[in-house]
Amino acid sequence: MLTAINLACVRGDRRLFANLGFTLEPGGRLHVTGENGSGKTSLLRILCGLSPSETGEIRWQNEPVKHLGDEYRKSVLYLGHHNAIKEELTALENLRTAAALAGVAVDHAEGTELLGKVGLSGREDLPVRFLSQGQKRRVALSRLLWSTAPLWVLDEPFVALDTAAVAWLADIIGTHLSHGGMAVLTSHQEVAINSGIAQTLRIAS
Amino acid sequence: MKNTAAMNGAGPSEDIGTFGVLAAVVRRDLLLALRRKSEVMTALFFFVIVVSLFPLGIGPEMNLLRIIAPGVLWVAALLATMLSLNRLFAGDQADGTLEQMVLSPAPLGLLVIGKIVAHWLVTGLPLVLIAPVLGLQYDLSGRALAVLILSLLVGTPLLSLIGAIGAALTLGVRGGGVLLSLLTLPLYIPALIFGAGAVEADISGLGASGHLSLLAALLALACFFAPWATTAALRIALE
Repeated sequence: MLTAINLACVRGDRRLFANLGFTLEPGGRLHVTGENGSGKTSLLRILCGLSPSETGEIRWQNEPVKHLGDEYRKSVLYLGHHNAIKEELTALENLRTAAALAGVAVDHAEGTELLGKVGLSGREDLPVRFLSQGQKRRVALSRLLWSTAPLWVLDEPFVALDTAAVAWLADIIGTHLSHGGMAVLTSHQEVAINSGIAQTLRIAS
Repeated sequence: MKNTAAMNGAGPSEDIGTFGVLAAVVRRDLLLALRRKSEVMTALFFFVIVVSLFPLGIGPEMNLLRIIAPGVLWVAALLATMLSLNRLFAGDQADGTLEQMVLSPAPLGLLVIGKIVAHWLVTGLPLVLIAPVLGLQYDLSGRALAVLILSLLVGTPLLSLIGAIGAALTLGVRGGGVLLSLLTLPLYIPALIFGAGAVEADISGLGASGHLSLLAALLALACFFAPWATTAALRIALE
């Protein structure tokens, strides 16, 4: 269970949000909405521990995440605006390195199979810079397939994807939720995810 | 709770351990260096050219060349290392890999050590290997060349370690390249004094062991503090 209490974010001398709080139960998903620049990405970065909150705290299974350290980092998967992939490396090398960074071993055969699932079979050994934007995004999204983290923090996961991939991703998130996972996501698109308890959090300045 | 990897079919979920993560970072950076050869060669060619310019400019004054050799080789090594420093974390920050490294369950300090090791293997080690060839232009004796290699072997990891602190502190700063030089070069002075001093001491017959020991002591100190300082600087840069 993820609990956020009284979070606030200040950028420069502008207060983006304050007194923000929510509780996310296993199987729940939180849609964060708001205008451009309202602080959606800032909130997601605070949630996964990349930046500190001005006030309040975040609790994971009722423990403040500050005290949990790597135990919390093991439970969170963050997918930001950047794909976190290297243009010079192949899709397979990117996948295996990303998995290793998260402490998960993925061997050659498993990696190839996972890339097949994101629709990149036959392109595993191509340097990523030869792939299209959408395909690069798919390489980045492949981390959802090997991740063992129960909490997914996804910043605009549907950007640059075609309709088939959007449906696939919605399905993957749905399966994750139905197995007791949690997801926090921002999206400007209306996407049908068919499971889990949905909450919406609107950030208004 | 059932884990996500298992429910998606393939089951790659065994933990690879702390050492596995370190190895993965080093392997990735070496692979990247292999694919971007030009960037790697820049520092090495810079070193070769700067060192070779001095004998051409000064002329065949063997006594003078022997005296300036340790200083010239060491200053060139410092500058060549500087050239490659601003790319140490910049690429990882631009493509979001740095965020993933911070969020990795493995300690960030360990990943930073991996990056520094890879940086040394790519920029420091080639300088060490080519230095004796360049030293020949300065009419250094075999013994002096051996001391030169030894001093660079101990000194170049020190340059990578100190440089990593500067690279992390100037990450995301506009015009960071100049600031990086201003920040790092003063910190390189002890390495320069003891590194070049070791070769000079050996040439003048005083024995290089004192200087080399001090250089090694600095390296031990930096091994302990530099990853820690770099980690702190990276966290600030990402906030």
